[in-house]
Amino acid sequence: MYLRVLDLVDFRSYARATVEFEPGPSVLVGLNGAGKTNLIEAAHYIATLGSHRVATDTPLVRAGASRAIVRAAIAHVDRELLVELSIEPGKANRARLGRAPVNRTRDILGALRLVLFAPEDLSLVRGDPGERRRFLDDLLVLRQPRYAGVRADYDRVLKQRNALLRSAYLARRTGGSRGGDLSTLDVWDAHLARHGAELLAGRLELCAALGPHVGQAYDAVSRDRSRPDGVAEARMSYLPSWEDASGRPDTAVADIEPVLRESLAAARTSEIERGITLVGPHRDELVLTIGDLPVRGYASHGECWSYALALKLSAYDVLRTDGIEPVLVMDDVFAELDSDRRQRLAQTLEGASQVLVTCAVDADVPAALRGRRYLVAEGEVRRA
Amino acid sequence: MDELGRLPGIGPKSAQRIAFHVLAADPIDVKRLAVALQRVKESVRFCEVCFNVAEADRCKVCRDPRRTDEVLCVVEEPKDVVAIERTGEFRGRYHVLGGAINPLEGIGPDHLRIRDLLVRLADGVIKELILATDPNTEGEATATYLALLVKPMGLTVTRLASGLPVGGDLEYADEITLGRAFEGRREM
Repeated sequence: MYLRVLDLVDFRSYARATVEFEPGPSVLVGLNGAGKTNLIEAAHYIATLGSHRVATDTPLVRAGASRAIVRAAIAHVDRELLVELSIEPGKANRARLGRAPVNRTRDILGALRLVLFAPEDLSLVRGDPGERRRFLDDLLVLRQPRYAGVRADYDRVLKQRNALLRSAYLARRTGGSRGGDLSTLDVWDAHLARHGAELLAGRLELCAALGPHVGQAYDAVSRDRSRPDGVAEARMSYLPSWEDASGRPDTAVADIEPVLRESLAAARTSEIERGITLVGPHRDELVLTIGDLPVRGYASHGECWSYALALKLSAYDVLRTDGIEPVLVMDDVFAELDSDRRQRLAQTLEGASQVLVTCAVDADVPAALRGRRYLVAEGEVRRA
Repeated sequence: MDELGRLPGIGPKSAQRIAFHVLAADPIDVKRLAVALQRVKESVRFCEVCFNVAEADRCKVCRDPRRTDEVLCVVEEPKDVVAIERTGEFRGRYHVLGGAINPLEGIGPDHLRIRDLLVRLADGVIKELILATDPNTEGEATATYLALLVKPMGLTVTRLASGLPVGGDLEYADEITLGRAFEGRREM
């Protein structure tokens, strides 16, 4: 698949812009602040219904306008899909697929599949465990849209269960002997375990699929030719938030559910004491290591950066293995790499159906990726 | 207009349209509406058996001698009774809980009419309990809670199936509904 046309109205710095892309590599060149990333952000919003830079929609709408419109024409193997999204802060976004409005904006997910690597992704490696869980869950939904529902169900049950524990906690503190009404806790345990097991099974399967790609991708972007022994191997492992007696986590939903339930039962006293759910996929961690050392706290800036890039490249590889050809977007990546690594990254991107690259300086982009050039300046985009 | 706008489902534009319609309408029609509104508030109350809306001590369903006492359908709200009655498929009685378990809004089992339900089940006349709470997180939790509570009493407990809408196209079903329909498939 590739993004053929991106059309923006009142989005960020653009009053109106229409950009036509072609398959293969394209480079967006412009000074800092010219609006390169705004284009990327718009495409990302169509693909995921969210911005990779901000949590609210207000900054996305051009100052003075009431709403922004993003349209995209996406070329698939056998047809072209038109997607339109109107973003109005404070109101529900509205979307069209083809010419017809859709009931839920969620229905446009899958029309454009895109893997983005941006400077913000450094937090994938350096940030809280939540960032890595979100990486896994986002990719899970991208591969199998069904998981959007699993994730929403789990979050809802978790919220309800936390509210129950919290009210019991408050009742204990203020009311003395009586510990609040916990008669429904068993019910919430059962539901948390059921949805949690489903989410966890999905994540474990995904991790198994990602693992080998991460090692390869890290090797490709970080190998140092001056050190012939190469670099230590990058590995990732999924660490559940509870003690697993068997030592090896099961990957089948039916096996995980009872284990999760038992763990909830075991943690119950401390959960009531603290008024919060302590066990479940929302507390799990994806541990990233290079050689024998965890990345968090030990790795250099360069290593962290290579690792974040490797995670995104392996996400891209996994989707391609599934038969989905996503659009790959590299926002300001090449300036951070030396020429040797640039070349190798360019090699790994060969054969991608579409790669969009942004950069401030032309020369940063290796020759292999110098496809069509677009000049971005003063809210306008021109073919060079 | 402000008064009308406070009604559920009516925005400022609809409120304006209704207000001007009332202004232009025949005074007799308007009077009839006003009387109807007043009468609803004065005469309609909750059935003392099932807590459905009723114009007498007992609601229409509870008074109907042709219906079976052996099957009881548990719903969240009176409007769910209306929905199920429209199907014409169900010939048993109802029990309206008045909501679902929802810790976020501070609603626990004690806030629902669950004790009244247990009292109704105590004499053993009811053989099957159909749990027809909403198929969302709160409704599912309420159904599970009731099932755990009631199962030891030895009656059949069933849950409404969730699946595909009739007359729809498979390709337009959302993946969650379709996923559930797969889960609940049956042999032909």
